[in-house]
Amino acid sequence: MKFIHYLERITGVGVYPLFSLLIFFVFFAVLLLWILRADKSYISALKNIPFPGNETE
Amino acid sequence: MSNLFEGTNPTASVQTDKFFYDNKIVKWFAYATMLWGIVGMLAGILAAFQLVFPALNMGMAATTFGRVRPVHTNAIIFAFVGNGIFMGVYYSLQRLVKARMFSDRLSWIHFWGWQLIIVLAAITLLAGYTSGKEYAELEWPIDILIALVWVTFGINMFGTILKRRERHLYVAIWFYIATFVTVAMLHIVNSMEIPFSWMKSYSMYAGVQDALVQWWYGHNAVAFFLTTPYLGLMYYFIPKASNRPVYSYRLSVIHFWALIFLYIWAGPHHLLYTALPNWAQSLGTVFSIMLIAPSWGGMLNGLLTLRGAWDKVREDPVLKFMVVAVTAYGMATFEGPMLSLKSVNAISHFTDWTIAHVHVGALGWNGFLTFGMFYYLIPKIFRTKLYSVKLANNHFWIGTLGIIFYVVPMYWAGFMQSLAWKQINDDGTLRYQFLDTVKQMQPFYLMRGIGGILFLIGALIMTYNLIKTMRGGNVLNDEAAEAAPLAKTFVPHATEYWHRWIESRPMQMLVFSLIAVAIGGAIEMIPTFMVKSNIPTIASVKPYTPLELQGRDIYIREGCYLCHSQMIRPFRAEVLRYGEYSKAGEFVYDHPFQWGSKRTGPDLARIGGKYPNSWHFNHMYEPSSISPGTVMPNYPWLFENDIDTAITPAKIRAMQTLGVPYPEGFDKKANKDLMIQANGIALNLSMDKITIKSNKEIVALIAYLQRVGTDIKLEQKSTTK
Repeated sequence: MKFIHYLERITGVGVYPLFSLLIFFVFFAVLLLWILRADKSYISALKNIPFPGNETE
Repeated sequence: MSNLFEGTNPTASVQTDKFFYDNKIVKWFAYATMLWGIVGMLAGILAAFQLVFPALNMGMAATTFGRVRPVHTNAIIFAFVGNGIFMGVYYSLQRLVKARMFSDRLSWIHFWGWQLIIVLAAITLLAGYTSGKEYAELEWPIDILIALVWVTFGINMFGTILKRRERHLYVAIWFYIATFVTVAMLHIVNSMEIPFSWMKSYSMYAGVQDALVQWWYGHNAVAFFLTTPYLGLMYYFIPKASNRPVYSYRLSVIHFWALIFLYIWAGPHHLLYTALPNWAQSLGTVFSIMLIAPSWGGMLNGLLTLRGAWDKVREDPVLKFMVVAVTAYGMATFEGPMLSLKSVNAISHFTDWTIAHVHVGALGWNGFLTFGMFYYLIPKIFRTKLYSVKLANNHFWIGTLGIIFYVVPMYWAGFMQSLAWKQINDDGTLRYQFLDTVKQMQPFYLMRGIGGILFLIGALIMTYNLIKTMRGGNVLNDEAAEAAPLAKTFVPHATEYWHRWIESRPMQMLVFSLIAVAIGGAIEMIPTFMVKSNIPTIASVKPYTPLELQGRDIYIREGCYLCHSQMIRPFRAEVLRYGEYSKAGEFVYDHPFQWGSKRTGPDLARIGGKYPNSWHFNHMYEPSSISPGTVMPNYPWLFENDIDTAITPAKIRAMQTLGVPYPEGFDKKANKDLMIQANGIALNLSMDKITIKSNKEIVALIAYLQRVGTDIKLEQKSTTK
């Protein structure tokens, strides 16, 4: 394969893993925040989507 | 309930649309699931008993274990579970978005395209066309067909989502979207190959890189083909069957994102203690441990949905099957992370423990959830009651017993194998010959086969029960439904959050889940392609000679890698038994890699030069004449088939394209080299009073086997430049 060594020429490629960790952390922090703050009636609407018309709760 | 569907239907007086759900396509996918399930189980039972009674290999190429086993695994994964996914998705998606499938034509192209792939897969695998990479064995023309049919499914699914009448996408649909996106990505990346004939190709990756890509694929085939779609189905069918919404929708959101984020990193746990760089192994372990959290979150969410409805579980076969399915999911996803610990993996890897582990998942989770869906769907589509609840209960108990009879002997066997392989006497010699451990396995393999038969009997009872149900019912191919169209202007809720923004937008969801899964794969793979020091080159490692290359392709064709590994781990017992442990640099010309994942037979990484040519000759003709008690099949056709020399130049050119340093113009003189080497082997055999023409396949195979692992015996010079 001729293209495989191209990436090592990127300067500062070492920040990629760090950047991924950051994405990872921020994503889940925001996700948790949303989950904890989400509106109860909205969540209830979502969980009842499989039961159109005569919701069970 | 007043604000339940605000945004969907802002005014009560809005005109509703009348439309029909397509049940016919669901019904046909159900038929296909039943049929291929039975075929796949039969192939599994045959393969299981071949390991006890080698005569069942029947002396024919197409019926040997090395070709039957991929038929079994592919049939169960892609034919049984695959059709099961489509059955469940086509049923639930329409109802969750209140719309008929986007295009009936696409539905049918998808259906028949998928069945065509399955038939082609069965024929080509039995005919010996295989890429040699587990669960991705199908050759390049079928790979292309799979991509096309998969995209058809995707277009149909997204088309349906886009014309939906329900603004919000229920969590099950997220799982379907992630499945579509990730399977497409995995399939394309792992199937990169250079064709050299109309049905054969070489993997674009070699050695360690190929192993990493393959197990990134292999593990995520489990994650995104056997798990995420079925979790989506669980989130639909368990609430429907128990008539109560999912226990915690909040938990399901976390379950989804955490699962797809983490799963994609876990692949390297299949390569612990191998020549894969250590950092990649650790990454696989860490993410595997973290996976317990979302997996168990999902399992508990499924089980807790039944809170207050456990009395129904006692009576309703649908719920019975689903409860055991989710429990099996919980067991398998606890065991998986445990197996990813290096200390546990040192015992379990290459043994039948892994086989037990995957069957808890396949028989319990996928099998039982599929059966639960059948018992739910068929009476609904045929507008009748299940023909016999009693038979369904019988199925439940026979199936459960089948699982137990299957997995318990395999766990036991796995432990025994591993301990026996590692047992060292006081004087530092090995306690057991490998063959001793093969013989010890016999009763366990027999019991496992019986477990498989029980499971199949259950499936047959179900098939009978469902056929009787269908005969007694009145099919509803187009089910009338009614729903208000989506309001053109969406009135958002007062407290809008970012996640809400994404969960009602399918295309954005697609992009985000692709990003989530692509990061893990990229971080793991890019460095091995990038950092040269990860794969130290060994100066003495040279490309295969044309004859060896031909032999290697025969080795791949016969599926030798399914029973023999080529990867000696750095353990005392393994080095004693097989020789110097394997180095990453030894495999740089291996397109594809052949490390294997199971040792039904001994490792072959250092087989080269261990025995004379005549030993291999006799052993391949009739293994039991050399190793009494072996379960290895005979390979008589290798002594009759001629080496296909017409294809040698194309093979050499394909390898050159992949960067294997054959000199320029070598393709033209490769066959000359090949015949010189073959004549040498034939001459050597004649000294042992064996007469064989030098153009027979066995000669090429011997050449390859005598080469494996010998490069670094010659010279131990390593450069990390």
